[in-house]
Amino acid sequence: MIKRKIYDKLFLFFSVAAFLVAVVPLFSIIAYVVSNGLSVINLSFLTEDPSATGVGGGIANSIVGSFVTVAIASLVGIPIGIAAGAYISEFRSERYSRVVRFVSDVLLGVPSIVTGILVYSLVVLSLHTFSALAGGIALGLIMVPIVTITTAESMAFVPNSIREAAYALGIRRIRVVAIVISNAKGGILSGILLALARASGETAPLLMTALGSQLPFSGLLKPVNTLTLFIFNSATSGNPPLVSQAWGASLVLLLIVLGISLGVRFIAKGRYRYL
Amino acid sequence: MKLNEKYLKYFLTAFASFIPFLLALYFIAIGKDSLLAFQKFGISFFLGSTWNPPREIFQVFPEIMGTLVSSAIALLISLPVSIGLAIFLSEFCPRRFSDFLGSIVELLAAVPSVVYGFWGLAVFVPYFLYPVENFLKENLSFIPLLSSNDGITGYNMLSSGVVLAIMIMPIMSSVCRESFLYVPSSLREAAYALGATKSEVIRKAVIGYAKQGIAASVFLGFGRALGETMAVTMIIGNALQFSYSLLMPSQTLASLIANQYAEAIGEIAISSVIAAGFTLLVISFIINFAARIILRRMRLRGSELI
Repeated sequence: MIKRKIYDKLFLFFSVAAFLVAVVPLFSIIAYVVSNGLSVINLSFLTEDPSATGVGGGIANSIVGSFVTVAIASLVGIPIGIAAGAYISEFRSERYSRVVRFVSDVLLGVPSIVTGILVYSLVVLSLHTFSALAGGIALGLIMVPIVTITTAESMAFVPNSIREAAYALGIRRIRVVAIVISNAKGGILSGILLALARASGETAPLLMTALGSQLPFSGLLKPVNTLTLFIFNSATSGNPPLVSQAWGASLVLLLIVLGISLGVRFIAKGRYRYL
Repeated sequence: MKLNEKYLKYFLTAFASFIPFLLALYFIAIGKDSLLAFQKFGISFFLGSTWNPPREIFQVFPEIMGTLVSSAIALLISLPVSIGLAIFLSEFCPRRFSDFLGSIVELLAAVPSVVYGFWGLAVFVPYFLYPVENFLKENLSFIPLLSSNDGITGYNMLSSGVVLAIMIMPIMSSVCRESFLYVPSSLREAAYALGATKSEVIRKAVIGYAKQGIAASVFLGFGRALGETMAVTMIIGNALQFSYSLLMPSQTLASLIANQYAEAIGEIAISSVIAAGFTLLVISFIINFAARIILRRMRLRGSELI
C-alpha cells in the first residue's frame, strides 16, 4: 500500500516536472529576445533602410516587405479559405465536403518549405525572378487550410435553430449562409488572425520565393526582404552588429506574432461566452 | 429561387475544390520538375550518399537519414514530456488553471521557427547543450552514437533533435490532452471503485483508453519535425556527409533545400533540389495521412461515447 502511495506522489512529481520542462524554454526565449532586443530598438532602427555598407541603418525595408507579402497572402488565403470553409460546414451532408475537410487537414501538415518549392517551380521559374509576389503567394497557400478549417469549425458551431429560423422566414439559401457566417464571425476572425500570425512568422517558404534583399522595397516583381529573412541572414552572419540587429528584429516579430496570438485568445473567449 | 440555390452551391464548391486541386498540384508540379533528377540518378538518388554540385552528382541518402533520425530524437524526448504535461493539465491541475496554463504552453507553438533557431544558435546550444554533449563525449564515447574523433561544436544532430522536441511539444501535448478528455468518466470512476490509486487510474484507465490519441500525437509531432526547416538549418551544422555519431554535424532534407537552392545552377542541380523537396513531400504526406486517419477514428469514437 505504501509503495502504491509513493508511486502516486512520483506520478504527480513527474507530471509537474514535465510542465516545467515545457515552459522553461518559452520563458528563456522571451527573456533573451527582450533583453537583447530592447537596447537595439529605437525610431531610426524601425524607420530607416539598411545602410549601403551593410552594417548599421534600420530594418524598415524588412518591415515593409513582411507587410506586403502578408497582404498578398491574405488576398489569396482569406477568400478561398472562407468560401471553402463555408462549403464544408453548410454542405456537410455531402461526401465531397468530408473529402475537402480531410484534404485540408492533410494540407496543414505539408512542410512549409515544400510550399516554397511549389511556388518556386510554378511562379519563380516562369517569371524568371524571385519576387515579393511569389513570396506572398507561398504564404497565401499556407494560410488557405488554416482559414478553411477554422471557418468550417466555427460555422459548424452555429446552432441549427438559427438556420431553421432563417429558412422558416423564407430567406434564400445564400442569405442563410451569410447569416451563419455573421454568427460565426468571431471564430472566423480568430482563424484569420491565427493564419496571419503563422504567415508573418514563416521563413522557409520565403527563401526560394522572396529571396531577401538589402534594398528598399521597390515593387511586387522584385526580391524583397522580410523580418524573418532578415533575422535568419543576420543571425547566421557571424557579424556582431548584425547579430544584435537580429535580436531587435526578433523582438519586433515576437511582439507581432505573440500579440496576434493573445488577441485571438481574447476574441475566442468572447465567442465561447455566447455558445 | 432554385437557380440561385444552385449558383451558390456551384460557387462554394468551386472555391472548395481549390483544396484538393492544391494537393494534386503539390504532387504534379513538384513531381514534374523532379523528373530530370529521378531519370538521371534513378534509385541511387535515394540510396547514394554524394551531393557534389561541381561534379553534378546529387544523392540524398544522408539527408533522408538525417530527417528521420533528428525527428526520432525529437519524439523520444517530446513524447514522455508531452504525456506528462497532458496528465498534469487534465488530471492534476484544477480546471480553472489548466486552461490558462495550457494556453501558455500553446504560446510556444506561436513562436516563429526562425526565432527558435536563433535562440538555439546563440543561447541554448552554446550555454546548455554544448556542455552536456561535451560531458557525454568525454564519458560515453565508447558508444558509437556518441563518439567523435575531434572536438565537437554543439551544432549537430542531437542538438537539433532537442530543439525540435521543444518545438513539437505544444502540438503533441494538446492532442494528448484532447484524447484524455474523450476518456469517459465512467471508466475513471469504475477504476476508482475497484480501489485503484490515482496513478493506477491514469496509467490503466486514462492512458490505456487514450492510446489512439497518443499515437496520433506521435504521428503529428513526427510530421511537424520532419519538415521543420529554419531551426534545424541553424543548428544541425549542415554537413553533407553521413555520420553515425549524433554529435557530428549532419543535414536533413529541409535544411539541404534551404542551403542548396541558392547555389543550384543548371537544370540538373535545380531539379535535384526540387526532387529533395518531392521526397520530403512524400514522407510527410504518408505520416500526416496516418495521423489524420487515427485522429478521425478517435473523434468518431469519442463523439459516440460522450
